[in-house]
Order: sequence, then structure tokens, then C-alpha cells
Amino acid sequence: MTTRQHISAQFAAELESIRSAVMEMGGQVERQIVLASEGLENRDSGLAEQAIAIDRDINRMEVEIDEQCAVILARRQPAAGDLRLIISIIKLTTDLERIGDEASRVSRLVIKLASKAGSDPIYQHTARVARHVSGMLRQALDAFARMSASAAVRVVLSDKEIDHDYREGLAKLTAGMRAAPEEVESFLDHMWALRSLERIGDHATNIAEHVVYLARGVDIRHLAEDGLESLLK
Amino acid sequence: MSESGDGKRDAFIEASRVSLGSERRAPELDVQAVSLSYPANDHALQDVSLKIPGGRVTAVIGPSGCGKSTLLRCFNRMNDTIDGCKYTGSILLDGMDVLSGKTDVTELRRRVGMVFQRPNPFPKSVYDNVAYGPRLGGISSRRQLDEIVENALRAAALWDEVKDRLDAMAVTLSLGQQQRLVIARAIAVEPEVLLLDEPASSLDPISTLRIEELIYELKTDYTIIIVTHNMQQAGRVSDFTAFMNAGKLVEFNTTDRIFTNPVERATEDYITGRVG
Repeated sequence: MTTRQHISAQFAAELESIRSAVMEMGGQVERQIVLASEGLENRDSGLAEQAIAIDRDINRMEVEIDEQCAVILARRQPAAGDLRLIISIIKLTTDLERIGDEASRVSRLVIKLASKAGSDPIYQHTARVARHVSGMLRQALDAFARMSASAAVRVVLSDKEIDHDYREGLAKLTAGMRAAPEEVESFLDHMWALRSLERIGDHATNIAEHVVYLARGVDIRHLAEDGLESLLK
Repeated sequence: MSESGDGKRDAFIEASRVSLGSERRAPELDVQAVSLSYPANDHALQDVSLKIPGGRVTAVIGPSGCGKSTLLRCFNRMNDTIDGCKYTGSILLDGMDVLSGKTDVTELRRRVGMVFQRPNPFPKSVYDNVAYGPRLGGISSRRQLDEIVENALRAAALWDEVKDRLDAMAVTLSLGQQQRLVIARAIAVEPEVLLLDEPASSLDPISTLRIEELIYELKTDYTIIIVTHNMQQAGRVSDFTAFMNAGKLVEFNTTDRIFTNPVERATEDYITGRVG
């Protein structure tokens, strides 16, 4: 990847500013998920409300970053690594914004669940999945910041664990519903929350895939696992 | 020079060979280990090898003094006019070595036409500029010349603009029209290869787009090699791009690859405007 200095310092500054904006947006999205998972664990609807409030900022950042990308495409006609940076950012912000939407959805469920009784293990499991996906997102953003294809591939490969957690959660919920049919409503809320968290994992995977394209110019979206492992080197 | 990415590139070259269905055949140029020196520059070209596909546009890019114009001028032996210029290696055009001492340079220059940075029409009428080459070639029938002039001007996308003033002096045309006239003059002698040395650098943006459109239309009938400082132009008009630096060929690949994900770090630095 390009690290050498642009002849145009102005262009270099524009690229740097857009890169930091993405990191800032990513940081806010990550914070949303952390707040939602802490809210769930502590049955604290205040934390969930904070998470929902962040969503407006995230939406605004998405629009601003897209605008900056359009201006760079029109005025600078970037090529090679610079072009791939802009293309990846345009895609990446879409995924971040959708993660934000899913995190808000989880937070709304947290508010509903906070007031309800329910079995602790289920809460613990959903919160654990939330922590897991927020870690995955953090690693994807870190791979972006370092433009590291191998770190990004590790994120892609780790999505299997989220899928496993998701299935495990569904099994627990099904068992819970059988055992306590009167709590079916809160079990369903957990199920929706798990579904959203699983989707967040998918979006974090997409982000990591964009990072591989950015760093190596290779599109890995439909590549089998053994093809991915060659990129770990 | 890097070898990676060659599979796709070579497949594309092969596909372009097959798709040329016209009776005219635009030839490939096979540059083999060409080195060239002038008294002022011992290493103007160093061991340059590449296969320029027929019927396609190849752009040669690189910083000033990298050897791109020198390479271009090898194809029609224009470097021969420089005192003390020496070269080794070969350039095969249909099996004929362009650089061989036995090559008939006049015939070579008929087969390999050239257009320069600034339009250089002769101080003659529009008609006589285009008819100049065919007349030198021995054609004197007015009817035949009329046909050649019209066809060449049509091919150069200039006919509609000048058909009513063929007797006007060429210098009365706009710069963009003059450049297309020079291209028509080059086409009139039915070359197989067109060398374009910064053909649009003295033109305004609209005339530049016209020339680029013309290059696109001509490429199925000619092998076109364009030297340009304007990277966006190379990106717009060419199928293949060769990046040169300090007399060496750094990377030769499809233009799509060069502009999205070049193999060489030096290519990346150059096309993204980084200090190399």
C-alpha cells in the first residue's frame, strides 16, 4: 500500500481527513454496540438510550463521508491505491451505517427487556454475542487503519464463531420457550437481538473484505476459505 | 519488469488478435531487448522488451526523460536523425526487423505513420495536405485522389467540417482540426501502425476529446501507440499501458490493471502522484 508522500500535500490532507472521519464513525458505531451490550447485561435502559442517540450522528457522518468521496472522485480522479481507498470507504460507510441501525434495534429491545424478568443465562449469552461482534468490528476497523490484509482475513474467518454463537443462542431460546412458555415474548425479543447481532457480524465481515480489496486489490467476497488462507501471509 | 498479472494480459492480447475480422490486419510489434544511447545519454533505453498488440491502443507513460518518446521514435526509425545514436535489439513488425540496417526506412515510415505534439500541416490546402503522400506514392488520377482524400478525412472525423473548403489553406483550420488533418494525412498512405506523440497536448479539452474519440474509432484498423503526459488520457484511450522510468520498462499491463492495482510499487507511486 502507498505510504509515500503525495506530491500534492493538499490531496494527501484530503485523503487523511476522510480516513480519520471513517475511523471516527467506526468508533461511534463500536461505542453503540458496547453500550447496548452493557445495557443488556446490567438491564440498564439508560445505556441503551445513549446508544440510540448516537445513531443520528452516525447517519450524518455517512452522508458527509460520501460527499467527501464524491468530491475527491470528481476533482482528483484518484488511481490505483487512492482509487481503491475511496471505493472501499464508500462501501465501508454503508456497512457501518447498517451496523448502527442494527445496534439501535438491539438497543430498543434492551429497553423492552430491561423491565422484564427472565433467565440470566439468556441475557448473558446475548450480551456475550454482542461483545464478540463489537470485538470483530474493532478488529476490522483496526485492519482498515493499518491497511492490513492478513488482519482483515482473520476477521472474515472469525465470522464462523459468531454464526456458531447465534445458532447456540437459538437452541437455548427454543429450550427456554419450551420450559417457560409464559416468557415467550421476551425470548422472541432475545431472538431478534441475536439476529441483529449476527447481521452486525456479517457487516463487519464485509468491512474486512473491503479492507482486503483496499490493501491488495483482490476481491475476496465470494472466495472459498482455502483461498482466503493464502492471504494470511 | 514484473511478470505477475501476465495471464490476464496475455489472454486479452490473444482475444484481440481473434476479434480483428477486417481484411486489413493491424500488426503486432514485438520489441526485443532494445537498448539505445545518444552521446548525451548512454542509457536512453535499457533492454526494453514488450509485445505491443495489434489493433489496440497502447499508451506509454512515464516522467520526462524516461525514454517514452525515444521508444516511440524507434518504431519508425526517427532516432536515426540524431547524430551518434546507437541501438541494439530488434523490433519485429510482421517478421521484419524494423531496426535492421537492411530495412527500407521510407517504406517503413509509410507503414508506420506518426503524429506529433503540435499540428504540423504543410503550407498547402486541406486537400493537398492529405493527397501529398498518395501523390508521392505515384497516384495521379484525380478521381482516385478525391476518393483517398475523402476517405481519409472521414476516417479522421474531419470530412463534415472541411468538405466545403478543401481548397482553403490548412493553417486556417482550428488547432484541433489541424491535428485531425495531420492524422488524415497519416492515414491517407494506408499505414498499419500510428504513432502519436502527445497528440492532444496543445489542444483545448473539447478538441482533446475529439482526438480521443478518433483514436477509439481508428484502433480496430491500426495498431496505435500513444505517448502522453496526461495520465487520465492514457486511462481513457488505451487498452494497454507501458510505464517507463529512467530508460527502463517498469511495467506493461492492461490499462485496467495499471489504473486500479498496478503490480509495481514504482508504477503505483507515479500514477498516484507520489514522490518516487
